[in-house]
Amino acid sequence: MSEIADKVKKIVVEHLGVEESKVTPEASFIDDLGADSLDTVELVMAFEEAFNVEIPEDAAEKITTVKDAIDYIEKQKAA
Amino acid sequence: MSNGERAGLLLSAGMNSGRRRVVVTGMGIVGPLGLGVENVWSRLIAGESGIGTISQFDASDLPAQVAGEVPNGPREEGKLTLSEWVPTKDQRKMDRFIHMGLVAATEAVEDSGWKPQTEEEKCRTGVMIGSGIGGLQTIYDASITVHEGRAKRLSPFFIPSALINLVSGHVSIKYGFQGPNHSVVTACATGVHAIGDAARLIMFGDADVMVAGGAEATVCPLGIAGFCSARALSTGFNATPQQASRPWDKDRDGFVMGEGSGIVVLEEYEHAKARGAKIYGEVIGYGMSGDAYHITAPSEGHYGAYRAMRSALQSAGLTTADINYVNAHGTSTMADDLELEAVERLFGDDAKKLAMSSTKSATGHLLGAAGAVEAIFSILAIRDNVAPPTLNLDSPSRESVIDRVAHTAQQRPINIALSNSFGFGGTNASLIVRGV
Repeated sequence: MSEIADKVKKIVVEHLGVEESKVTPEASFIDDLGADSLDTVELVMAFEEAFNVEIPEDAAEKITTVKDAIDYIEKQKAA
Repeated sequence: MSNGERAGLLLSAGMNSGRRRVVVTGMGIVGPLGLGVENVWSRLIAGESGIGTISQFDASDLPAQVAGEVPNGPREEGKLTLSEWVPTKDQRKMDRFIHMGLVAATEAVEDSGWKPQTEEEKCRTGVMIGSGIGGLQTIYDASITVHEGRAKRLSPFFIPSALINLVSGHVSIKYGFQGPNHSVVTACATGVHAIGDAARLIMFGDADVMVAGGAEATVCPLGIAGFCSARALSTGFNATPQQASRPWDKDRDGFVMGEGSGIVVLEEYEHAKARGAKIYGEVIGYGMSGDAYHITAPSEGHYGAYRAMRSALQSAGLTTADINYVNAHGTSTMADDLELEAVERLFGDDAKKLAMSSTKSATGHLLGAAGAVEAIFSILAIRDNVAPPTLNLDSPSRESVIDRVAHTAQQRPINIALSNSFGFGGTNASLIVRGV
């Protein structure tokens, strides 16, 4: 797993208070990990802070799974 | 006519005539004397103090350096381990005053044994928990984020963490209570107003059960510095914290801030009886008034306090002869003597038989939670026939015929008690409780 994926997973575990084993790439923040809409806003902020990237609102709305977040950040970092 | 007959006659004309009776079936406290009603009560009547040097932040550059803080530690020692009450992942979504309210509300609801099963029962159970100030530390932290140019990084939980009515919100969500969801904000009178208003909601049929009380957590730089600027806090006892809260004593120099929460479960009497609930006491009188005088100071003679107490007596259909114990507002400020004067004037000759103490001498002043914590103390005073002491009352600044229970608790017959709370803005509230 990439360094970015590891870090994303860690942030999700920390913010949503879920077990690490549940944070699979396919896991949906809301449907599988018990997040509500405010939790997802906070998660995106935490990603922005941790990776020093800007995630505009329309992009943030499309980040619904762990994999979505990893892919978006990896793309930003590669650019 | 004997006093008893007169009281009986008046009772039938008072708050209880034709109205639903409201009893207390659950109680919870977390505060400077610790966690748990029985633990806090036994420490209180043993004459212990919950005041110490401020530990939550470095207060060494402030004039006031003492407060009543909730002790951290194992539950079996009567101390708080927050993660046992509020899941760690949820803690950062709430200011500390909400943590306090959730702890005491959980205690109270569990103590009451009330577990509504049907939709109807859930809809007939409401919550009215207030706070004097709300999420002050949360607002402080968020202000710094904005000041640093990081407004876009402000937590989405900032607003719901700071809002006063969110204690009521969280309690309703935790237990599924779908009845009236309300909150009181009347500074240091909040706790009494919340219990009195919630009792009236039950009397008027809006609910059968109400979880009511107050929560506060302002032992933080903004809270201490703010009350210091208003010259309201004790500053002369930083080296001897347990002597700082000294209601009516000639050396008192301001109140000592406390934090925590007091919550009661109020229930319609027949509802409580039908489910075989344990009944601690009954709310029989409630009175309110406004000073219309000054934003922080009570008027000469404290006529606002006088009218609140008189109005509570009227609503209970009682006379001063019926009151055995007064839990005073008594914050350890200059206003203590004005409250005393108002009680003396109202009680007349009955003042000689009265016990009145200020439990803030042991807990400090829990602001919006004070009235609720002290209502619980008043109910326990009746249950155990014990008047809790006024600590540090070495030398009163004003003599009185009223026994102010200096230093040591007193065993004496207490059937009916009155509890006072007064707040900035000139708001006054008195509550009367009795045993059942």
